[in-house]
Amino acid sequence: MADTIKLEVSRYSPETDAAPHLQSFEVPFRKDWVVLDALNYIKDKQDGSLTYRWSCRMGICGSCGMLVNGEPKLTCATFLADYAPEPIRVEPLRNFPVIRDLVIAMNDFMRKLQKMKPWLIRKEEKPVSEGEYLQTPDELEAFKQYSMCINCMLCYAACPVYGLDPLFSGPAAIALAQRYNLDSRDQGSKDRFPVLSQHDAIWGCTFVGECTRVCPKHVDPAGAIQQYKLTAALDWAKSVLMPWGGK
Amino acid sequence: MKSAAVTPPYTLNHPRWYRKRVSTYWWLQRWEYLRFVLREISSVFVAWFVVLTIAQLYAMSRGSEAYNTFLDFLKNPFIIAFNIISFLFVVYHSITWFNLSARAMSIRVGGKKVPGFMISGPNFVAWLIISAVIGWLLLRA
Repeated sequence: MADTIKLEVSRYSPETDAAPHLQSFEVPFRKDWVVLDALNYIKDKQDGSLTYRWSCRMGICGSCGMLVNGEPKLTCATFLADYAPEPIRVEPLRNFPVIRDLVIAMNDFMRKLQKMKPWLIRKEEKPVSEGEYLQTPDELEAFKQYSMCINCMLCYAACPVYGLDPLFSGPAAIALAQRYNLDSRDQGSKDRFPVLSQHDAIWGCTFVGECTRVCPKHVDPAGAIQQYKLTAALDWAKSVLMPWGGK
Repeated sequence: MKSAAVTPPYTLNHPRWYRKRVSTYWWLQRWEYLRFVLREISSVFVAWFVVLTIAQLYAMSRGSEAYNTFLDFLKNPFIIAFNIISFLFVVYHSITWFNLSARAMSIRVGGKKVPGFMISGPNFVAWLIISAVIGWLLLRA
């Protein structure tokens, strides 16, 4: 077993560079090291100017998403051993503007996420004295999968639709809208409908399915989008067939 | 094509972001993307079979002479080759469609989610049975 492994890391300095370039680093190869450990080693011992985001090291903060050999990955959960002895290429997430080295600008995602109103909407809040909004295990199960999203944006890096059409709301934002739509405590699905049922939202999705494949938390955003398409289509059919209906 | 945009110089508190253009050939860069594009293109071949079937019915309605002319057209080696390719695409289209239908539908029975194979499975079975019946009707003669 070799005792070092080569990392090719994308570097971009907005002060001096016109475009990113790859820089090679030799780091110790250890079986228990993930790509993030190797980046931390580089920053500590070799080049303190290397810039990247990270926080929890345990796959829950969603900060350390990068491209590892072109594939969107959480670097805290991507082991060097799975790639050795080949060099490992680390690049910033695809489809986002790069601020510096491996750091991308996430403003667009945050804006789109907010538009989905990802919080519990009540027509009328009941007073605290009346207690919690209760939920059965089955009702929890209906949305739990979507609530696992950690906003790591790997799905945006995997989505060719988002790459080609920057207006597209994207997988995570729609999955999170669905997370609240399916929550028995929520009453805001009507508020979200006009945002969701648009060409830039669900109808922009062509079901490539890559978002679901790369999702580290098994959220299945692609499934969420198609299921909402079905909901929206049925809603439309209902409004045509029964215009006097209207709940 | 636009030449590389002239990016404004870096100024403090005004970061200069690097934006990469998506290549025209993005769909060739990953196997998963190519598979998706082939799946989408398969709808063209589905449309071709629909047009072919309508043309066949139309020829049939115009008598046996017109129908024989149509059959001669079908015997053209180029048409045969194209139809074989179309057939493969239509099969691919059907398989991917049934597989995706399981993921696009979330059916709950008694609070529990129905597993995907319970949705795609009956579709595949129905497809095979209908194909077998049609095959039997055609080949029986």
